[in-house]
Amino acid sequence: MVDEMRRREFLKMGLTITGVFAGGTVLSVVSQFDKVFASSKDYRERYPYKPHYSMVIHQDLCIGCELCVKACAKTNHVPEYGYRTAVLERHVEDAIGQKREFVPMLCMQCNDPPCVRACTVKATYKDKKTGIVMMNYDKCIGCKICMEVCPYNARYYNEEKHAIDKCNFCFDTRLTKGKKIPACVAACPTGARIFGDLSDPEDKVFKIVHQIKQPVWVVLPEEDTKPNVFYTKGVLL
Amino acid sequence: MGHELYKESADGQINPLSGRKSFYILAGLSILLVCVASIFGADALIKGRMHVYGLTRDIPLGLLIATYIFFVVTSTGLCIVASIGDVFGVKEYMPIATRTVFMSIVMILSGFFVIFFDLENPFRMAIYNIISPNFTSNIWWMGTLYVLYTFFMIFELIFLLLYWHRLAKMAGLAAVLCGIGAHSNLGAIFGMSHCRQFWYGPYMPIYFIASAIMLGCAALIFFTYIAYRLANEPMEGPMESAMRAIGKLTALMICILMFFTIWKIITGLVGGEPKRVAILAMLKGPYAINFWIFEVLAGMVLPLVILLKFGFKNMKTLFYASLSMIIGIFFMRYDLVVIGHIVPVLYELHVREFSGLLSYTPSLHEIMISAGGFGIAFILFLIGEKFFKGHKFYIQ
Repeated sequence: MVDEMRRREFLKMGLTITGVFAGGTVLSVVSQFDKVFASSKDYRERYPYKPHYSMVIHQDLCIGCELCVKACAKTNHVPEYGYRTAVLERHVEDAIGQKREFVPMLCMQCNDPPCVRACTVKATYKDKKTGIVMMNYDKCIGCKICMEVCPYNARYYNEEKHAIDKCNFCFDTRLTKGKKIPACVAACPTGARIFGDLSDPEDKVFKIVHQIKQPVWVVLPEEDTKPNVFYTKGVLL
Repeated sequence: MGHELYKESADGQINPLSGRKSFYILAGLSILLVCVASIFGADALIKGRMHVYGLTRDIPLGLLIATYIFFVVTSTGLCIVASIGDVFGVKEYMPIATRTVFMSIVMILSGFFVIFFDLENPFRMAIYNIISPNFTSNIWWMGTLYVLYTFFMIFELIFLLLYWHRLAKMAGLAAVLCGIGAHSNLGAIFGMSHCRQFWYGPYMPIYFIASAIMLGCAALIFFTYIAYRLANEPMEGPMESAMRAIGKLTALMICILMFFTIWKIITGLVGGEPKRVAILAMLKGPYAINFWIFEVLAGMVLPLVILLKFGFKNMKTLFYASLSMIIGIFFMRYDLVVIGHIVPVLYELHVREFSGLLSYTPSLHEIMISAGGFGIAFILFLIGEKFFKGHKFYIQ
């Protein structure tokens, strides 16, 4: 009986690792722990941001209400034809029980961002203090190469700003104006988005990312961009 | 000897193009195309490009980039072909020298015209390319090297016209090095896009250079034939000999490109799912006609058959082969850009929003601006023929 239960647990874990229930993108769980462990010593030396802004998305808390999308658009003046954050929907027909889940997406604020490498004139750059991938709208030449190389489809061209626009964790519209969290996090009715500081051991985000009991993963790990947006499921820690 | 030839040509009494009706009809049509394209371009500038082009967040590059690539591919190819005679001293290629160099400049200018309307803020590029360069950016290298390349090509042309061979050789060498650097960086823009499996890898920069030589040969045959037809003059012996040599090089390059294409398909079919989906869309999906009819048949098989069946002596068949190749290669560039986008980057996330292939249809603005690029190429070609009196500087 015990063996059977262990076998089931093992199989369940296997399915989670191979991504059947998480969308084929699971990175985490012990075997690949180093890759997702965002603040190992080497990692902290290489990416010494303070505060190291980061987000954990508790995927199974997302109900697809899109209040986050609306709050983001209102706060950051996102036009109708664009978006900085989106809530995607996955439908798994063969799944037992729940067949539908939501995948909130936004700029992953990668530590090795392909957009920053590719930008012709350094209009997009990694902020040295916070680690946020920022835009200098006045510099953008509109070549759209950053849209091309972004694996997360996180960018769009804003005709009103005459530049590429993207999520910056509401840095200019909230974080520098006394607010502690981005608009999408504040608007989420279920707390599916958790915002925090990856350099602070007392921060909730830090604690979620630095544990091995519950799977934590990043989207499209094969891109090796070292995202600062993590995903998790299961019982809240 | 060469200097005498130049004088002879410069002092020539007859301008073969003066007064010919076909010349002025072609010139008038080209100017009309450029004017119409400029109106559409200005409209895009006012309304906002993303509003009037068929581009989307998921497919941010389309026909204009494909046309730009087509022009710079042609320019780079012409520069490489010109260097065979000018830089590496193969005398058989010398009669084509000035027309090739001139057309290379024309093609890069046509490319600049098209890319001007694709870039959202082209004037900012002129400023920030200098004061805020990003040395890890392929576009920065491509843009910078293409500007240098244009200057070197202009100097090469001037030196060739002055019969200052040593300087022409140095400028030609600098131009070909900049051209290859710029063009391989253009390939690398696609090749280094890790999230687009259809493009990713070292194949693109190499493929871009190989196809540039092929298209350079085709463009040279095409424009030389038209030049002689417009002037209604028989082709001189050395020029015919040069055309034959170019024809043989063209056949070789077609074979190389066929080899490249076959292996791209074979490796793509055993790659990751997004790449396989893109390859299948090309082989038997929405882009099958583009691929089989235009890329394969018109771009490679038909011209190769024409060249091998009719030999390299018949200028008319050489021209038809080159025309077929030019059409085919234009589709190659278009398909390369568009098919690279049709599989969404989030395809493997298996979400409803990105579960199928994306589609792209060029808008009228994009089509007209692209056509304007061809207008620029033709009108400058005609002006060149008239101004340089048929480029007869190195015929003997």
